[in-house]
Parts: sequence; structure tokens; C-alpha cells
Amino acid sequence: MSPPPLLSLVGISKSYAGVKALEDVSLTVEAGTVLGLIGENGAGKSTLMKILGGVVQPDAGSIVVDGVAHSTMTVADAARSGIAFVHQELTVLDNLDVAANIFLGREPVAGGPLRLVRTRRMHDLARPLLERLGADFGPETSVSRLLIAQRQLVEIARALSVDARVIIMDEPTSSLTLQETDRLLQVIAELRASGVSVIYISHRLHEVKLCADRVVCLRDGRIAGELPHDEIDHNAMIRLMIGRELRSLYTPPRTPPGGELCVIDRVVTSAFPDRHISLSVHRGEILGLAGLVGSGRTSLARALFGVDPILSGEVRLAGERVEVRSPRAAIAQGIYLVPEDRKGQGLILDMPLSENISLASLRRFASFNLVNRDAETTTARAQQVSLRIKTPNVAVHAATLSGGNQQKVVLAKWLSMAPRLIIFDEPTRGIDVGAKGEIYTLMRALADDGVAIVMISSDMEEVIGVSDRVAVMHEGEISGILDRIDFSELNVLRLAIGQPAEHLESVS
Amino acid sequence: MTRKDWGLLLLLIVVGGVTALLNPRFLSAVNLLDMANLIGLFGIFSLGEGLVVITGGIDLSVGSMFSLLGVIFIDLLVNRGMPWPLAILAIIVGGVVLGALQGLLVTKAKLQPFVVTLCGLLIYRGAARYYTTDATMGFGYTDDFDWLGWLASGRSWGIPHPFILLILVAVVMGVLLHRSVFGRYLFAIGRNEEAARFSGIRTEAIITGAYIISGGLAGLATICLVFYTNSVSPSSFGNFYELYAIAAAVLGGCSLRGGEGSIIGIVLGTALLQVLQNLVNILGIPSSLNFAVMGSVILIGVLADQPFIRRAIPSIRSLRSGASASKPTRAVP
Repeated sequence: MSPPPLLSLVGISKSYAGVKALEDVSLTVEAGTVLGLIGENGAGKSTLMKILGGVVQPDAGSIVVDGVAHSTMTVADAARSGIAFVHQELTVLDNLDVAANIFLGREPVAGGPLRLVRTRRMHDLARPLLERLGADFGPETSVSRLLIAQRQLVEIARALSVDARVIIMDEPTSSLTLQETDRLLQVIAELRASGVSVIYISHRLHEVKLCADRVVCLRDGRIAGELPHDEIDHNAMIRLMIGRELRSLYTPPRTPPGGELCVIDRVVTSAFPDRHISLSVHRGEILGLAGLVGSGRTSLARALFGVDPILSGEVRLAGERVEVRSPRAAIAQGIYLVPEDRKGQGLILDMPLSENISLASLRRFASFNLVNRDAETTTARAQQVSLRIKTPNVAVHAATLSGGNQQKVVLAKWLSMAPRLIIFDEPTRGIDVGAKGEIYTLMRALADDGVAIVMISSDMEEVIGVSDRVAVMHEGEISGILDRIDFSELNVLRLAIGQPAEHLESVS
Repeated sequence: MTRKDWGLLLLLIVVGGVTALLNPRFLSAVNLLDMANLIGLFGIFSLGEGLVVITGGIDLSVGSMFSLLGVIFIDLLVNRGMPWPLAILAIIVGGVVLGALQGLLVTKAKLQPFVVTLCGLLIYRGAARYYTTDATMGFGYTDDFDWLGWLASGRSWGIPHPFILLILVAVVMGVLLHRSVFGRYLFAIGRNEEAARFSGIRTEAIITGAYIISGGLAGLATICLVFYTNSVSPSSFGNFYELYAIAAAVLGGCSLRGGEGSIIGIVLGTALLQVLQNLVNILGIPSSLNFAVMGSVILIGVLADQPFIRRAIPSIRSLRSGASASKPTRAVP
């Protein structure tokens, strides 16, 4: 007989305002295993994990930890049972150092009622945890100086410091580079070897495939199926998630891309003052921009959009030199950015959809500076229909939409204007499979209308599946440009870490 | 009107009703018109304050601005013999310039609004006292300015002119805030300045604009206030008035985090504050409790608007959600 599972969920159901978020969900996690949890957004993964963490109470069912059944669970119960989270949006405090974050709320203290923090002791306690995770920074490092991947290690170290036995990771790699992702997967393998279980939630199926011992798929609040280790493969997972085969991502352009629209000539950005970037984007093409996070992709996008200054070099659009000193100047030239930080930079969450959509072109909806709300609503409705934004009406606030629909709203803002170059920064981060496909279709339709598209992406499937060409960045420079014929995960990866690709046709 | 505005109106009616029951004199024409006068005086600059608060900023300097602009105004009229239309223009332009200066310090020098306008509060007050060597300035015994005094603080058809002016200013500001491109940008910036900038909005210019309007309205209010008191003693004139303005804005639904508020709300907030002051007098409550009563009611008003209280009082909620812009509930993830 196999040992009893470390953790099991039995018949969990949960409704929100009459809508079933979860229905009769049961699953088990054995000690020292990695459970891959997949499913489209809205399938119920987040709700299930909130129940496990004690944040939300189930309507029915129970949670069994070490053979003890809980019908309700509080946050404190969850922590006591050794359940820890590594959140999609990191929750480390960047004004504190690493050790202070790891022991936040549980600082070793001295001095009796004075409760003075024993900083040295805290650092000593943190050091072995960081070593165990292979961290390349010490406990005294300020978190503000860490990269996202390093901050994530701090979160994992925090989980280890409370002897967590199940660590739930929700989209842990969504902002990591390829290399960092690999390292995280190694960390997970080591955690597993030391008896810690991991529930790994991700849209990135190849990662799930690499690390999971077993995969459970949720669909519409129910268990859609389960795959044992030997049967985990891409198509099987996709079939479970959407109940149908995913067609090939790539749609070729309707007509071959035209001439150079945007030429980036020896541009130097403030992030890499001693490197320069030269790159051209053709009319009607989708140029993938791959590379590790921090390789300068987002800095380039920010410079092109006028957020950060261009230190030297020039940008030419249709042969003419353009000055982009502010987003406003870039927009006037038809250069638009769909930012990575959708909620922080792309949208105003507490504003109605219609006002978000009209925000960049508001003057066109105004006469004598007074906004014509009817025209605004009409345009918003038209965009809602053409982009298939799922919402009861355009007066709802953007905060209430799912990630995919929010991204469509960001797009709608630009599409009601006259785009020439659109830069998409991680366009499908945190977006479910179905909506991803729709975003790709929209990008292709834009390209076919003659818009030049730059797509920054860390998702290998997306880079290879969607782009017509791929430029790869490494430490502030373009390390190579691949045509479709040379597309391969290996080539992109090699260029991203600064090695030459195989069968390279052109290197700038 | 939004749900918050209706709630505030309800609060105003309840407070007014209770006061009237306890002392019917509250509803006498004399008392109501006196209140209307004060509402007008305080409402004008509270509207400017509201705009600044909507950008996520704060303007602590208006009270001191009254003092500085007030002594300059009297000096220009009485000692320098400037024609009154020019003097009025000079004072409004003076407010605009001070507002612009503060706005530029906030946007270009990236200083915190609290710090910038706190320094403004100290500097303007000091400048006013130095200007007059701390002496009170008045119009003396001349009746040269009777006509101007009538214009700024008199009554027509029994209605105090400051109140009429407030209605005019409120209509203009209402259109500006709720219907114009500028107003939409203000809300957008208050809610998410970075996203607004990423949408091509000149956020710095818009924010500076809010401080300019606040300064300009402070200049306008100065003129009414000077004729209300008929003299300016630079060390006390307008003291704490910035707090009345902030209180009115907050009561009126402006969040100090920015991005929320309405003109009607600010006017109602000002009205409620004046009703409270009046209530203290008319009910014979010791006037030393004046501020305590005001503080308590603001606290209760703000508390009642908290989500956890609103859930606990479904009747108020249903009454308020009768208005158009009811807050959508968050989607289930």
C-alpha cells in the first residue's frame, strides 16, 4: 500500500453569486511530488488555491492534511499545515533586505519586551536557505536591487523557512527569462528530492511537462482529466484544457511583408549606455523580440515609445527621422506600445471600458473640448464587437475583466487610431489559451493591414509560433536575427545567452 | 449625481432636519441666507482644492494665499489707487501665478504636493505679515469702495452675491470636470498617472493646470472674503481655511488618493460644513466644540462610505445605488 497522501481535497465546491466556480473537485498531492495544475483562466485554479490557502471558504467538501479533515480552513491553519504560496505577483517588500523579507513577522528577537531584531542571527538563518536554492545573492542584499527571478527565490526561501511541505507556485515563470526558468525548474527538482511537494500552476505547458510528476487539468470548475507522468505531453494537455486540438499557431502573412518601415539605427538606451542597437522592422511583419529579461528588450520598447530617452542614434519611420521625447510624441507618429504591465501602464482599472478605449484619442471625441459621450460609447461598442471583448456593456470598469479581455481593451485604445508601429511587450502574459489565440489573430490582421509589429516575448512557443522573423537580444545588443527557416528553440536560446545560432543567415 | 452625492445630500437633509426640529429658527430666512453667504465664500476655493485633490495632490496654501493676496488687494485699492477692475484682475492673476509656481514645483521638480504647499502656507503668511509689518489693513472710513463691496459681498433679490458666484463657478467647474477633455484627464491621472502618460496625456501640464485653477479660485475668493471681513489682519486672515477646503472635498467624495470626486459633492460638502457650524451656534452648543463637531461628522461620513459599513447597511446601499454610476462588483477570478 502506498503511504497516505500528504494533502487531499475531497469534493470541493464553491459558488460566487450563483455562478459555480468549482464543482466537486477532488485531488491529492503525495509527499515529494510535483503536481502540475493547468487550465484556462477562469477554470477555477485560483479559487481552488485560495481555498487551499484558507483565503476563501468552500461551500462543500473538505481538505485533508496528514489524515486530518478540515471542512473550513483559515489562513493560519494553512500556514500551520505547511502550505505556502509563491505568488504570481510577488509580495516581497523592496525597502527591506533579503533576510528581513524571509523572516517578516517572525524575526528572531532579543531584549525581552523591547523585541529588538537580531539582524545578525537573521542573516545567519537565511544564508543556508539561500544556499539551498543556489541564490547568487546574500541575505543582506537589499531586495530593491534584485531581479524578479531573484525576488522569487526570496519568496521560496520564505516558504522553506517555515518548513513548508507544499509550495503552491502560481505562474512562477511568467516574468522569468529562459535561463531563470531553467534554474527555477532545478530548484523545484531539488525541493522535490528533499521531500517538499509543489503544486505548479502554469500556462507554459513545456515547463509543466518538464517538472510535473502528474498533471491535473481543471475546466469550467471541474476536473477535466488527469495525466500520469508517462502521458504528459503537449497535445494531451491542450486537449484536456480546451477539449479540442490546438491548431498550429502560425498564420503566414496574407502578402509578403513590404519594405522597411521602422529603422532603428545605432540607438543607445539609458539601460545600456555602452551598447547600441540596430534593427529594422518591415511593413506588415511580426518581428519577435526574444531574449532574457534584462537583455534590453523592454528598455528598447520604452525608448521607442518615448518613456526613456534615446541617448544617441536615431529612429527613422518610413525614411524620416522621428524624435520621440515623450509617449505623446511617439503616439503622434503612430508608434504605440501595449505594455507588459497591463494593469499599471496599459489601463486605468477604475475607469469604464469606454473611457479607457477613448483615452488616447479623446480629442477626436470632443468638440470645443467637451467630450461627446455618445460618440465615445459608440466607438467603444464597435471595438467591443470587433475585438470580441467579453463584457456585459462598455460602462463596466476595466478591473472587472479577465486578463485577455483587458489586453483587448488596451488594443482597442490604439486601434481606434492610426497605428504604424505597434510594440507588444509580453502580449499574452497571464492570458488563457483561448484569448491568446485571439490576440495572435488580431496581431496578424494588423500586420496584414500594413502595420509593423514588434512582439517582445519570453514565451518560446509564442516567439516561434507567431513571429515572421525573430530578433534576439543579449546584454543590450541584438545578438542575431532568425528567419523562419532557422527558427528553433535551440537557436533562440543560444542567441539569448550570447552564443551563435546554427545555420544563421544574418547577424547584425 | 453619483451614489456618493446622494448619500451626502441625504446626510445634509438629516442634519438640517434634526437641527430644524430642535430649533425652528434654523429655517428662518435670515439664518438660511447667512449660511448661503458662507457657503458661497468657502465653496469657491473648495472647488479649486477639489481639483487638486482629484489629481492625487493637496493644496495647503490657500489660507495663507488669502492673507497675502488680501493685503495686496487692499494696498492696491487704498494706497496705490489702482482702478478696481485692474486690482481684481491683479489678485486673480496673482493666485494663478502662485498656483502655477506650486504646480511646476510638483511636476517639474517632482516634489511632493504636501511639502510644496506646506512651504507655500508658511511663505505666503510670512510675506503678508512682513508686507504690512503685521498691521491690520482696512478700507478706512472712505466710502469709495461701497459699490465694489456691494458687488463682492452684497445681496441681490436677497441672495448673497458670493452664493451666486459659487453657483456660477460650480457650473463652469462642473462642465470642466465632468464634461471636458481636461476633466477626463484629471480623473485618469488621479487614478493611474503612469497609464495616463502612456496614453499620450501631458500629465505634467494637466496637474499644473489643477494647481493654477486652485490658485485662481483662491484669488477670486480673496476678493469676496476681504469684503466680508472689511479688513485683513495678516496673521489670522484665512487661517485654517485650507483645512475647510480639504474637509469639504473629502466630505464631497474626493479621495486623497486621487481619481475620485465631483463638483456637486464638493458644494454639498461645503454646505454640510457650514450647516454644522451654524448648528453649533443655533443649538447653544459651546462654540469651543465647533471643530470637534465638524471632525466627528466628517469621520462618520467617511466611515459610512467604507465598503464594510456599506455592506452592513443594505438600505443605504439600495438607496444610493439608485444613482447611475453604481460601483461594479469585482469579477470572480
